[in-house]
Amino acid sequence: MQPMTEQRSRVRKVVAQPTPATAGAPAQWPPRLSWLSGGAPLVARWRRAGILFPLVLLFVVLSVSSGPFFTKNNLLNILDQQSATLIMAAAGTLVLVGGGIDLSVGANYALSGVVAAQVLQHNSIGLGVAAGVGVGLLVGLANGVITTFFRINSLIATLAMSFIASGIASRVTNGNLLVLTGKPDFAKIARTDFLTVRTSIWIMVVCVLLLGLVLSRTTTGRYLYAAGGNAEAARLAGVRVKGVRIVAFAASGAAAGIAGIIDASRVLSAQASSGNQLAFTVLAGIVVGGTSILGGDGAIWRTAAGVLFIALVGNGYDLLGVNPLYEQITLGVILLLAVGVDAWSRTQRT
Amino acid sequence: MTTTAGREPHVTLLNISKRFGGVQALDDVTVRIAAGSVHALVGENGAGKSTLSKICAGVLAPDAGSVLIDGVPVTLRSPRDALLHGIASIAQELALVPHLSVEQNVFLGSEPVVGAFLRPRALRKAFNTLAAEAGFDLDPAALVGGLRTADQQKVEILRALSRGASTIIMDEPTAALSGPDTERLHAVITDLARTGHTVVLISHFLSEVLQLADTVTILRDGKHVRTASAQAETNASLIEGMLGRTLDSVFPDKPPAPGPDAPTVFAASGVTAPGVNDVSIDVRVGEIVGLAGLVGAGRTELARALTGAVATSSGDVRLHGKKVAIRSPRHALRRGVVMIPESRKEQGLVLQRAIVENITLANLDTYSRSGLVARRREQTAVRRVLERVQVKAPALSAPIAGLSGGNQQKALFARALLCSPSVLLADEPTRGVDVGSRRAIYDLIVEQARAGVGVIVISSDVEEVLGLAHRVLVIRGGRVAAELTGDQMTEENVLHAAFAEVNNDPSQEPGGATDD
Repeated sequence: MQPMTEQRSRVRKVVAQPTPATAGAPAQWPPRLSWLSGGAPLVARWRRAGILFPLVLLFVVLSVSSGPFFTKNNLLNILDQQSATLIMAAAGTLVLVGGGIDLSVGANYALSGVVAAQVLQHNSIGLGVAAGVGVGLLVGLANGVITTFFRINSLIATLAMSFIASGIASRVTNGNLLVLTGKPDFAKIARTDFLTVRTSIWIMVVCVLLLGLVLSRTTTGRYLYAAGGNAEAARLAGVRVKGVRIVAFAASGAAAGIAGIIDASRVLSAQASSGNQLAFTVLAGIVVGGTSILGGDGAIWRTAAGVLFIALVGNGYDLLGVNPLYEQITLGVILLLAVGVDAWSRTQRT
Repeated sequence: MTTTAGREPHVTLLNISKRFGGVQALDDVTVRIAAGSVHALVGENGAGKSTLSKICAGVLAPDAGSVLIDGVPVTLRSPRDALLHGIASIAQELALVPHLSVEQNVFLGSEPVVGAFLRPRALRKAFNTLAAEAGFDLDPAALVGGLRTADQQKVEILRALSRGASTIIMDEPTAALSGPDTERLHAVITDLARTGHTVVLISHFLSEVLQLADTVTILRDGKHVRTASAQAETNASLIEGMLGRTLDSVFPDKPPAPGPDAPTVFAASGVTAPGVNDVSIDVRVGEIVGLAGLVGAGRTELARALTGAVATSSGDVRLHGKKVAIRSPRHALRRGVVMIPESRKEQGLVLQRAIVENITLANLDTYSRSGLVARRREQTAVRRVLERVQVKAPALSAPIAGLSGGNQQKALFARALLCSPSVLLADEPTRGVDVGSRRAIYDLIVEQARAGVGVIVISSDVEEVLGLAHRVLVIRGGRVAAELTGDQMTEENVLHAAFAEVNNDPSQEPGGATDD
C-alpha cells in the first residue's frame, strides 16, 4: 500500500501546483535508466525493479555458501545453458507486452532445430541455419496472422500450433535423434570462443539487446505497449494493432528458430521432443521478471533477470547438492509469488 | 425539505484529515449527514469529495479524525466493515454479473439455501419484499446484462439494501446516463430517501444536486467551504463556493460564423453504417457544428463511421472538395480527420502508460527516424502542447491514470492538436470533467474553429451544444431529424426534435419550424 500512495500523491501534488511543471527534473535520477524500464516514473521504477533484489540476494548467498559458484567458469556455463531460453523469453516479452501469449515456442524451437539438422546433413551449414530460422519465423508469422486476422485467442492458437509443430518435427525425424557428429563445423556456431566467451552467449547478448532496443526505443515497441494496454484506444489513435502484434509473434518465432539452432549446435544433435517443457520455462522467466500477463507492461531487462533468477536457483541446487526434487517445487512457488505480486500491485494502482 | 440542524446526524465525519504523500487531500473536514436525507458533496475534481466518500465507505482510513454512526465512533477498516455499519457505496463502474438475473445478482453470495441447494421461490419472495420496500419496479427474472444502466444501478442499490445498508453513497451515478435514465435514477434517489434511507450523492451536475439534495456540502482543495440547505443554494452560489470565485461565463464567445462563401472542409453524404441511416453532413472552414440527440440516437455511431472506426456500407466523403475513402482511424488521421472519442478510459487513453506516450500515440512517426523514437524531440513537443492545453503535468513519464478527469480530457485534445487536424470531432468532450476544466476545453474548441478547423461537437448536454455550435443537427434513430440555425437554436427545439417519437415525417417536425 505504502509505495502506491506515495506514487499517486506525487502525481497529484504536482498537478495541484500552479507553477508550470518543472518537467524533466524527475527524469534525471536514477540516471537515464528509463530505456530499461520503458519510461516509468521513479517510484514505479523501483517497484518494477523488484526482481533485481531477489536476484542479487540469491547471487550473494550462493557466492558465500558455495565455493565453485562465483567462478568465471560456472557463471559463463549458466549463461551458455540459458542462452536459448533467454533469447526466446526476450522475444516472448514482446508478445506478452502486446497483449498475447506464445505457447508454441518450445515446439517451434524443436522443429527449427530438427529442420536445420535435416537440411544441413545434405547441404551447406548456412542453408541449414537459414532453413531453421526461416521455419521458426514462418510458424511465428502464422501465429500472428491466426490470432489477429482470424481472431483466435492466442493462448489457444499457439497451443494448437505447438501440437502442429511438434507433429511436423516428429514426422521430419521419424522419432529419431538426428546426430550431427559428422558436421563438426556446425558446432562452431555456438561453441567458438570469442574474447574468452562462447559465441552462444554473444548471440544471446546481441539478440536480447536488439529486442530490448525494439521494445523500449522504437515506434513498434511503443505501439506494442499501447496495443497491450488498451487495444481499442490504440486502434482509434491510428496504431496498426494487428500489424505490431504480428511483428511480436514473428519475432518470437524467429527467436525460437535461433534458439533451436544454438542448442542443436551446442550438443550437435536435434530431436523432436527437445522442446517439451521449454514454453513453460520461457513463460516462467518472463513472468518472474515482472512482465504482466495482461499486457501493456513489462521490459526485456526484467525478463533477463527473471530467467537468470530461475537459472541461479537451479544452479544453486546443483552446487549445494540439495535433492533436485525440491527445485521444481521452489520454481512453482516463485512463479506464484511473482504473479501474486503483479496482481497485488495492480490492485494498488486503482 | 428540512435543514440538517433539525435532525439527528446519522453519520458524522468529524475533523477528518487525509494526506497522500505531500498533498493534503482533506484538511480537518467535518460533515454531519442527517438520517433519511439526501446529502450532496460538490467540488471540483481533486477537491476531496471522493476521498471523503471513500473514508465514509471504509475504502480509505483517515489520518486524523473519526467516523461516528449515530453518535458512536466506529472504525471502518474495509468496505465490509462499513457495510456492517449500514454504509454501502455504489461505484461508478458497476460490479454485476451480466449473465445472471436481477434477483440472482441482488442476492449473490447470500442466496437462500437448504444445505447446498438454492431455494428459488424463497429468493423471489425475498426479492419482491426488498423491491417493494425500496419502491423499485424491476423484473426479477430479467438478465442484468440486458438492462439499461439506470436499472443496473437499481440492482446494485438493491444488493446494498439486501445486506442491510441504510446509507448509500453514490459517486457520479448519472454521469453515464441518458436523459430519461437520469430521470429514472432521480426517482430512485427520491424513493430511497422517502423510505428512510440516507443518500450521499456526489455529482458534477449542479442542477441535479439542487433538485435532489436536502443538504449540500461544498469542498474546495480538501477544505470544507460550507454545508447548507440546498434551498439556500443556487447554481451560481455553488459554483462560486467550489471555485472560490465567480465563473464569468460558461461558454467563450463563438468565433464569427463562416460566411456562405466559406469553403466546405468536410462533406459526407448518404452515410449508412450500423446505427446510422443515410446521413449527410457538411462542415465549413472555421465552423462548429453541434450534433445533439439522445444517447443511442446514433450520434456517436455517425462520428465513428465518419472517422473510419466502423465500416460504412455506403456514402461518400469529401475533404476540401476531393472525394476520399476513409477505411480506418489511421486513414482518417492521415487525412487530418481527428476524433476525440466518447470514453477516454476505454477508447482514448492507455491508462497505465506514460503521459508522453499517450499524447504522441497518434503521430509518433513525426518524432521518429527509421523507427527509432527521438525522445528529446518528442518530450519538447509534448511539453509545448501541454502548455497550450493548460495541463500542468507532473513528470511526463508518469502514468496518465494519475491525471484528473479534466486533465486527461485535455491530454486527448493535446493528442488531437499534434495531428494538426483540418476536421475535429469531439464526442462528449466534457463528460466527467469539472467546472473549471470545462471552460478550458470550450476555449480549445473555439480556438480550433478560429484557426480554420471544421469542428463537430457531439454532446448530450443541450446547453453545451447550443453554447458552442454555429449550427445544430439533431440526430434521432440514426437520421438527421432537424437542422437548426440562428434563432431556431433553442433548447426547446432541440429537445422537441430529439424526442418526437410519434411524428416520423421530417417535413413536419417542429425542429424545422420557424418559432424560436
